[in-house]
Amino acid sequence: MSIWTYANPVRFMAFTKPLVPVFGALSALCLAVGLIWGFFFTPDDYRMGATVKIFYIHVPSALVAINAWFVMLIASLIWVIRRHHVSALVARAAAPIGATMTVIALITGAVWGQPMWGTWWEWDPRLTSFLILFLFYIGYMALWEAIENPDSAADLTSILCLVGSVFAILSRYAVNFWNQGLHQGASMSLDAEENVSDVFWYPAVVTMAGFVLLFAALLLLRTRTEIRARRLNALLLRERMQDA
Amino acid sequence: MLAVRAGGGFGLGLAFFLIVVVLVPFGVGPETGRLALIAPGVLWIGALLACLLSLDRIFALDREDGALDLLVTAPLPLEALVLGKSLAHWLTTGLPLCLAAPALGILLNLGWPGHLWLFVSLLIGTPALSLIGAFGAALTVGLRRGGMLLSILVLPLYVPTLLFGAEIARRGTEGMAVGTVLALLGAVTLGCLAVLPFAAAAALRVNLR
Repeated sequence: MSIWTYANPVRFMAFTKPLVPVFGALSALCLAVGLIWGFFFTPDDYRMGATVKIFYIHVPSALVAINAWFVMLIASLIWVIRRHHVSALVARAAAPIGATMTVIALITGAVWGQPMWGTWWEWDPRLTSFLILFLFYIGYMALWEAIENPDSAADLTSILCLVGSVFAILSRYAVNFWNQGLHQGASMSLDAEENVSDVFWYPAVVTMAGFVLLFAALLLLRTRTEIRARRLNALLLRERMQDA
Repeated sequence: MLAVRAGGGFGLGLAFFLIVVVLVPFGVGPETGRLALIAPGVLWIGALLACLLSLDRIFALDREDGALDLLVTAPLPLEALVLGKSLAHWLTTGLPLCLAAPALGILLNLGWPGHLWLFVSLLIGTPALSLIGAFGAALTVGLRRGGMLLSILVLPLYVPTLLFGAEIARRGTEGMAVGTVLALLGAVTLGCLAVLPFAAAAALRVNLR
């Protein structure tokens, strides 16, 4: 039994039906534990004070914002190569979630930047590339909405996603050329010598797990909705054919 | 094909470029020092917007009169068609913009070495703008509301080109070394040249299915 079994919409629906509430509940649990832990049971940072607590929303949302694009990229590739409809719908379902997470990361970042850097916005490479990522999400969603034929829409958005990925990565490194950043470097890498202190690390990992689970739950929910909408359309079409 | 393209709307992009550049001093004030500071960026953005203006005509007219369907069935590979269309767009839009930009630089009090580097950066960068634009036009060729969507799709893709191009013009104006950025802009253009005809041809095939 391979993963391609679930390319069949019926099997996919049956398999994911129990997963949505499970992921949802786990996500709620992780988020509740992680956020309460992070907000009330960690000390204030010696330099940043209480504002460090925005970290528990800012970092996980940024993580999901980027990885939602990767999900779209992989789903688009699967659609282009193997033409499984579920895959195209997964790509479509991931985009609004990723866009929302990008906005959350940008807003929490602005709220954090105001007391720390004295400004809501700075044309820093990381901030700028996130804004560009948001623009890519908008374009991708707009293209899905604009095309009526679902197969053409899936094809064209996949092409856009592939090309867009190259340009998004290119932009990410291009902006380094143009401005030096205020944003701190990665402080949660698994391989780095110096990271955030364990006190902050554990609740952060819990909230990140919560956001990833939330993303998974929303993604499955939205994909299931898309599949149902597709079915409904097919049924309506069939009925109209019979009447005629 | 090139001759057909050269017929319509040749001067409009240039006129648009001129108007954008003229509007800038009204927006930011007439102080020459400030204008000189922002001139490289403004000229690049003006050229980019002027380029954007004519993108939807790359394939739309041929689509309407059915010529596109004929071109697709022609023995020429679709990738070569895209390349030819991009070249035609560049000759009618990009090249005139390159030639006009140094002249418009005078209006914005651009420094003297800046004129040369602005010209060079536009010469290297505008082919990328045309290629990316042809890709966007191929994606949206079948749509009724294509024009707006085309801008939304294409503008984020223009970020690296604009960034490197304006950086060359800025560094050139200030007399700094431009070699690295020049190489990067060249790499962007060549990368577009290598990849985007295939992507655009794939999009055209979907749209003409």
